[in-house]
Amino acid sequence: MQRDPIVEVEDLSVRFVNRDIDLSVVSGVSFSLAAGEVLCLLGESGSGKSVTMRALLRLLPPHAQITGRIRLAGRDVIGMSERQLESVRGPVGAMIFQEPMTALDPVFTIGTQIAETIVSHEGVSYTDARKRALELLEMVQIPSAERRLNAYPHELSGGLRQRAMIALALSCRPALLLADEPTTALDATVQIQILLLLRSLQRELGMATIFVTHDIGVACEVADRISVMYAGRFVETGPVGDVIARPSHPYTAGLLQSTVHAGSRGQRLPSIPGAPPDLADLPNGCSFSPRCSRRLAACDTSVPPLVGVGEDRMARCVNPLLVAETVLA
Amino acid sequence: MEGLRKYFPLRGPLGNVNAHVQAVDGVSFHVAKGETLGIVGESGCGKSTTARLLMRLIDPDAGNMVLDGDPIGHGGLTLRELRRTMQMVFQDSYASLNPRHTATEEITFGLRVHGIGRSEAREQARSALRLVGLEPDMFADRYPHEMSGGQRQRVNIARGIALNPRVLILDESVSALDKSVQAQVLNLLIDLKERLNLTYLFISHDLNVVHHVSDRVLVMYLGKVVEVGPVERIYQAAAHPYTRALFASRLSMDPRQRVDAVPLVGDPPNPVRPPSGCRFRTRCEMAEAVCAAVEPILSEQGALHEAACHAVTPNSGHSRAGGLAHAA
Amino acid sequence: MSAAAEAAPAARPAANAPGRRRRTGGFWQRVGRQVLRDKVALVCAVVLALIALSAIFAPWIAPADPYKTSMLRRLLPPLSPNFILGTDELGRDMLTRLLYGGRVSLSMGIAPVLFATILGGALGITAGYFGKAVNMAIMRVVDVFYAFPSVLLAVAMAGVLGAGIFNSLISLTLVFIPPITRVAESVTTQVRNQDYVEAARATGASSVRIILQHVLANVTGPILTYASSLVSIAIIISSGLSFLGLGAAPPIADWGLMLNTLRQAIYVAPINAVLPGVMIFAASVSFNLLSDSLRTAMDVRA
Repeated sequence: MQRDPIVEVEDLSVRFVNRDIDLSVVSGVSFSLAAGEVLCLLGESGSGKSVTMRALLRLLPPHAQITGRIRLAGRDVIGMSERQLESVRGPVGAMIFQEPMTALDPVFTIGTQIAETIVSHEGVSYTDARKRALELLEMVQIPSAERRLNAYPHELSGGLRQRAMIALALSCRPALLLADEPTTALDATVQIQILLLLRSLQRELGMATIFVTHDIGVACEVADRISVMYAGRFVETGPVGDVIARPSHPYTAGLLQSTVHAGSRGQRLPSIPGAPPDLADLPNGCSFSPRCSRRLAACDTSVPPLVGVGEDRMARCVNPLLVAETVLA
Repeated sequence: MEGLRKYFPLRGPLGNVNAHVQAVDGVSFHVAKGETLGIVGESGCGKSTTARLLMRLIDPDAGNMVLDGDPIGHGGLTLRELRRTMQMVFQDSYASLNPRHTATEEITFGLRVHGIGRSEAREQARSALRLVGLEPDMFADRYPHEMSGGQRQRVNIARGIALNPRVLILDESVSALDKSVQAQVLNLLIDLKERLNLTYLFISHDLNVVHHVSDRVLVMYLGKVVEVGPVERIYQAAAHPYTRALFASRLSMDPRQRVDAVPLVGDPPNPVRPPSGCRFRTRCEMAEAVCAAVEPILSEQGALHEAACHAVTPNSGHSRAGGLAHAA
Repeated sequence: MSAAAEAAPAARPAANAPGRRRRTGGFWQRVGRQVLRDKVALVCAVVLALIALSAIFAPWIAPADPYKTSMLRRLLPPLSPNFILGTDELGRDMLTRLLYGGRVSLSMGIAPVLFATILGGALGITAGYFGKAVNMAIMRVVDVFYAFPSVLLAVAMAGVLGAGIFNSLISLTLVFIPPITRVAESVTTQVRNQDYVEAARATGASSVRIILQHVLANVTGPILTYASSLVSIAIIISSGLSFLGLGAAPPIADWGLMLNTLRQAIYVAPINAVLPGVMIFAASVSFNLLSDSLRTAMDVRA
């Protein structure tokens, strides 16, 4: 079954440039995503996962230079004017953030914010928009939604606020939902509620979804496919269950081993030595090689290409844990 | 060595004049020497407040504390002695280091406070750095911004252990670190505990991490202790419905065994106006009339295992408690 | 409790990088370098240095006696023989008077701010560190003074104390204590709530020790930046006091006073009359721009 992809990204690179610095934050990222698919970008701080996602809607500071090709629903995002971007942000791709308090406007009620967005994008009457806002709040399972429509963001608890932001993001019926660590700031009992909600909404509405997270547990709960990022590059990508069960790139393997899990009690955690690299001072070859236990001489000469390491799986490694089958680009 | 126990009962709402935030209310517990007590709970449950109360960084409204047989204050240990015996490592590795101090300056500060001479303090700072795995020649003169998150947290730990404390309070000390670095720091903490004969109070919201390091676990909800017991017992046979829900909310590490039903609905209530009786009753599926009327107290559930829930307390008046009453 | 390890994923390493690459000692060195890289600030620093040096060495470099009057050579225009900048209404050499005037005007700009920084800083740090009742007591008193416009307050104080350089110095100091106290209080409150101060308390250190070693190092920067922006105001107010006859008294050379006495000659010798104003302007603008640059330099949190 071949569906038209909602997102096509080819060789995306993002550099942050100003007078003092020139940092390659994201380099050579390519992927595509069809309707109804959930991709998880997994990585530690500074791995470029958030920047990759923001680049899709060009939500980056002015000193960011984006190169490569990004197509959302068949439209080229890189060449768009600010006006055209506005028509993409919302109806095509909508975003939810880690901190709903900063993403919601504190001086307007939840209902007003959602209704305003609907009016401006779909041109319906305010009364109709208000009705839809109520439906949306019910859809994200906010209890006594009618009353919450007139609440200000600060009057809601953290979990309800995050639900309100999801409702706002869904207000323009986006084909693509971008979620940037949406549950990181939440308590465990609330986090699982939001994750289950997002999972069911995504299925119901058939949205393509990109989830950015540093938490493997979150990825396991929501993702179909997973792409592990390190120092601005995809180092491994594949179906989530397969990658978690049989990681191929040494970084993914190390990350999984060093994550505390039930049953690790009393044992020493195998850990990855060293610290994540300084983006201003990356090694010539593989960025992970200074911390890698499977390092070969070839690792330091040039950045290894992504190679196929199994069905629907790729790893950017010269000496992967799963043996390469066919060498791709 | 018998009877060497630390006993810290703290009681009373902690609040200011116009709004009593009942951050910590009637919390009592003890930690045995050489043990790691894990404290878990969600934000606002009072775990960090408890830590600050223990260090006397904030004054308790009521309650008292016994450290190694000596009461704190009232003619017992002075605050200064307390703070030498007990040290704390904070969550935010950057904010907890003075941006204008080098690693050495940061560590020697506490030593100098306790009357150790300058050169002696420098020497001790170097050995503390070595203990936490930072080569003194490389790191002694670095400023916080010249180090990575993991290295900064190691400096924080070095500062804590330099004073030779017996108890180390770790307040979300590994929570902000990247996973690959978190494992290193956890290993370090476990090693240090053995080498220096430390007692840990390990506060975290991360249940997996607490499971990994703790001997006993204390679960808090809205300023109250709801359950306490040996780690395996709490993780496998929790008695309190909140503890069970909290553990059910853990993310599976296996995409084939995803969590399918929401274990617990709603958000934690506002600690300014906590529910009457049992504070958890508003989110509890077993709540009955007695839960709103009477506040449950910790009752024994097995060896060293206690929970504060009417449903598991004999003769509490809760319908489920009857069977247990006969057994008891 | 958020494990927000990843707030601004790329912006943070970006800000980090330059600091990490050339790793050198102190904070102040870095600020100094940063300020020197700013061209405007560099020009201002040079201008101020020239004014200050010429004021300090006035007795040696001035071409004439600042008090020697002559009815014959009154209000000579600039570029007259022997009098490069002309003469004033009593026939005194303008250049000499301007050089000597700098001594009074610059000291009147710097000294009160310096004293006010020490006193206001101490008050503000005390209020901010101890909080609660101490804070209330100090800050409410400060607020009362804060309610008056600074010029009015200076004039009133100088009026009460009587004319003279020393008295106007005292009144200017009093004028600047409240705003500096406020700034010191607010930055101290911020620093005080940082974990590292908490950690220092957890070692059992006394308040005095924590203030001296932890708080002071982190609040002096912002306080000094703010204080340096007050110098220009101090120069202007002190000139104003002299102009009103409440500051330096004739025949002392002071830019404000010169402006006052020369104003009658504004139609006869406009350039001469404007010169002291130009000096006040140059000094105060330089101080202002330099302080702006200082603020930007210190803002860069490595």
